[in-house]
Amino acid sequence: MSEQESRALNRVGTFQLAGEAQGAALVLSQALSFWGGIDAETGDITDHSHPDLGNNVAGKILVMASGRGSSSSSSVLAEAIRRGTAPAGIILERPDPILAVGAIVAEFLYEISMPLVVCDISGIISGDRIAIGLGEGAQAIVSRI
Amino acid sequence: MTLELSVCDQSMLQGEHGPAVAAAMRILVAFSKAVGARKLLDIAGAHIDGCLYHGQANLDFVERLVEGGGHVRVPTTLNVGSFDLIHPGLVKMPLSQEAPARRLMKAHLELGCQATFTCAPYQTRFRPAFGEQIAWGESNAIVFANSVIGARTNRYGDFIDLCCAMTGRAPAWGLHLSDNRRGQILFELTGSFEAADALFVGVGLIVGKASGDRIPVISGLPQPRDEDQLKALGAAAATTGAVALFHAVGITPEAKTLDEAFHGMAPEATIRISRADIDYALAKLSSVPDGAPLAAVSLGTPHFSHDEWMRLLPMLRQIAPGRGIPIYVNTGRATLKRLQDEGELDDAEEFNLIPVTDTCTYVTAILERLDGVAMTNSGKWAHYAPGNIGVSVAFADMEDCVRSAAAGRVVRGAR
Repeated sequence: MSEQESRALNRVGTFQLAGEAQGAALVLSQALSFWGGIDAETGDITDHSHPDLGNNVAGKILVMASGRGSSSSSSVLAEAIRRGTAPAGIILERPDPILAVGAIVAEFLYEISMPLVVCDISGIISGDRIAIGLGEGAQAIVSRI
Repeated sequence: MTLELSVCDQSMLQGEHGPAVAAAMRILVAFSKAVGARKLLDIAGAHIDGCLYHGQANLDFVERLVEGGGHVRVPTTLNVGSFDLIHPGLVKMPLSQEAPARRLMKAHLELGCQATFTCAPYQTRFRPAFGEQIAWGESNAIVFANSVIGARTNRYGDFIDLCCAMTGRAPAWGLHLSDNRRGQILFELTGSFEAADALFVGVGLIVGKASGDRIPVISGLPQPRDEDQLKALGAAAATTGAVALFHAVGITPEAKTLDEAFHGMAPEATIRISRADIDYALAKLSSVPDGAPLAAVSLGTPHFSHDEWMRLLPMLRQIAPGRGIPIYVNTGRATLKRLQDEGELDDAEEFNLIPVTDTCTYVTAILERLDGVAMTNSGKWAHYAPGNIGVSVAFADMEDCVRSAAAGRVVRGAR
């Protein structure tokens, strides 16, 4: 088996907000609160207690186990989507009501569908090119490209 | 797990009640699925924490609901905004920020929300009753409604509180359900305590910090003088932690006994609180020593009740601060109106008393001087004001705050 094949990744997940996206994965080792953790003007991670402080989420496929923290994260995500500083898509292991609200509100207001997917995140490494697509029965397809 | 929608939920979702309701229901359904609710339930009222301007997306959302012909379906109160609409000129803000901030408050009124602009909706005629299902935002209001009244709400926030108000529905999960209101962690006060205001603040700070996502039960607390002391406890607990419900044994309505508070089960953990723990928690609220020169006093976070005013005003008349140090008191506009009608504020200016309504002195630019020490009797204000508006804070009870205003410097404990 070639190295390429051994790293093949093709997973089925569920959408909290359906959409298609491609981008480089940014895998966070700790959950990040968007409120107090991300600057909506730039997409920079600004939480000083977070190991990924200084990274930028704009245009990335943001991968983390779960969301965290204040309900104001809904507003920060919606505002980042409006400004174009949000991730291209977010993949979580567990559903997150606060990020879901932010993504849905942004789609409602600005007709921008930033996919929010719940699926197994093991094996995804920062820098991997990841595509999120629409599968049968409104399932989410997550693949490495 | 699937979410089961009623016929009426379905018709709202499909747009039969207009585009604004359809959008609100769509967001509510997605949220409900994400929290694992199996159905929605009717609510009797809502409290919206959406009037503080944080960014364009929030205003766009409310504007879209207004354009969609939206109107709240249940009695809905509003939390504080960035402006005191009753006292123009009190808040100083650049015009570029002022216009959207004012519009945000007005747009909520166009949706049929009540112009309460208070963080203490439980002090208005919209106070819920025991057992009522409600959808409230604002951390101190949530913990008061659940704990002191026994109404039922989760910690709702951005967008979702308004979606509940627009549909009259909330996900049937969390603290809406009896089983989830069981106490989980026990805090035992060791020693005997008088029902002093600061005790309740101190206990709240400790309970908030140590509870995590567990529901705290407090035993050994003296009977409070009034519900304002429980208000201060809850506000402090919701400041240092995410407490949405506490039980105080023999005091709050779902905790007549320890057994009732824990639903007959054993606590997962027990934490003892001593006098020294309380003194330590309170001392950390002050960043300046006694004797430091005072620039202002700020009372009323959460908004002052009528009872609190009736304790403050005789104190002011007796101690009569005359050094020109402003005493700001945040309060609801309905409370202020009642005091004015009663003639209680006719001599207010003699004491440099500045009532503030519709907003709060720690969320917007009101204080004239930020270079000195601001003194407060609020654990919540003491916690947030240094970060929000950049003041040094001294915490003390109401009487020490008034005495300090008279002395022009921080004075504590001198009676």
